[in-house]
Amino acid sequence: MRRTVGALLRKELLVELRTLESVPGMSLFAVTTFVVFHFALQRSSVDGDLAAGILWVTLLFAAILGINRLFVADADQGGFDGFLLAPVERTALFVAKALALLAYLVVLEIIAVPAFGLLLLGPSLGQAMPQLLGVLALGDLGIAAIGTLVAALAVRTRARDLLGPLLALPLLVPIVIGGARATSPLLALGHADDPPTRWLLTLGLYDLVFGLIAYALFDFLLED
Amino acid sequence: VYGKGLRALSISTVAVMALALALVFFYAPLEAEQGFLQKIFYVHVPLAIVALCGFVAGGLFAIQHLRTRDPRWDMRSYVAIHMSLIFGVATLITGSIWAKGSWGHWWVWDEPTLVSFLIVFLLYATYQPLRFAIEDPERQARYASVFAVTAGAFVPLNFIAVRASTAYVHPRVLGATSNLPSQMALTFLVSLLGIALLFTTLCKYELTAKHTRAQLRALRRLADRRAGAAVLGAPARGRSAAPSVHATAMTAHTPERPGI
Repeated sequence: MRRTVGALLRKELLVELRTLESVPGMSLFAVTTFVVFHFALQRSSVDGDLAAGILWVTLLFAAILGINRLFVADADQGGFDGFLLAPVERTALFVAKALALLAYLVVLEIIAVPAFGLLLLGPSLGQAMPQLLGVLALGDLGIAAIGTLVAALAVRTRARDLLGPLLALPLLVPIVIGGARATSPLLALGHADDPPTRWLLTLGLYDLVFGLIAYALFDFLLED
Repeated sequence: VYGKGLRALSISTVAVMALALALVFFYAPLEAEQGFLQKIFYVHVPLAIVALCGFVAGGLFAIQHLRTRDPRWDMRSYVAIHMSLIFGVATLITGSIWAKGSWGHWWVWDEPTLVSFLIVFLLYATYQPLRFAIEDPERQARYASVFAVTAGAFVPLNFIAVRASTAYVHPRVLGATSNLPSQMALTFLVSLLGIALLFTTLCKYELTAKHTRAQLRALRRLADRRAGAAVLGAPARGRSAAPSVHATAMTAHTPERPGI
């Protein structure tokens, strides 16, 4: 299992490195969205609730771009067939894809969060950074688990570009709620409070439950 | 076989609904603050509870479908979710009317039950498009079940998340019936029973209709084949996302099938 996951993950990252299909697009999208927010809100700097909301909405939509592309090559170029012919556990594909998506999200945030700090955020990012990283990590885990399941569900349908976001958005709403609520005290002007434990717990619980559900259900999507 | 007990069920539904309406209008006391408007509570809240239970039931049927691969479980899951969606629309409409009447707005964001219901409804609204978008009936059933299980688990989790996000601004009506006066509680429970029976009856009607149609199609095909006519494809049907039950399998199952 571990070797299979390793091999699949290596293939995934190698393909991304050679084609650069997802991550640059996601990052560029995030930065452009910050610019759009600047003009749409007519604000040159934001903080607190508004900042947390903008950050999470942008990350969410950028993540959906990646989710939409996650299985496209496998569906179109016979990757699924090749994988199903190999005598390995099918769940390995889920774990590898979720880890790949997690890696994309991390790279996205390495680019998008400092860009957000530069372009829009009023208070400095420095002192909020360690806690912000924790909140982002919890959110990423959930997005990766749910995103992988939804991507696999939508990719072999006729309207996959439409169905993927439609399925993913409502399922990701609790992550946005938890993420934004936990982030807003960190980005508040002046004193940076600790993120409320309640939200971290909610995020963690949500990640855990949906991680398990996605892990259990993924096999059923790969039977033909 | 599906139609068995349908008449008794229909009659009891009508009876309980009539009793519930009578209780709502003649027995339950007028609420002190909201007056007559509060009576919509006896329709709105049971509709919401039944719709949510229907969504979760659809998820449970879907688990059963994934375990047994029996297309009839997929059909039940489909019908439960389909009917819950209709009840969900009714919930949102009655909820909006109630909100407009008591708070002055068609929609309020600080009521967690309302918001989480909307999110759940939006998620389930993609169930039918998902089915439409998959051609192969077997894969359609399997994918729809995976969706139904995920969404079924999402229902309670989403309620926890949204409720935690909102301070308790408005008094909870849904929480416990214990804080209601006993007359109101009785009326509420009878209404809940009535709506639940209505849901069951409608589901059973839909299942029966779908089953009968599949049987009819199979018989017609058989008759055509006997007559020696070459059947070129199935007759054109209306656009529907309903699971296409393998008609031959269903007629073959029918004799030994116990009623549901």
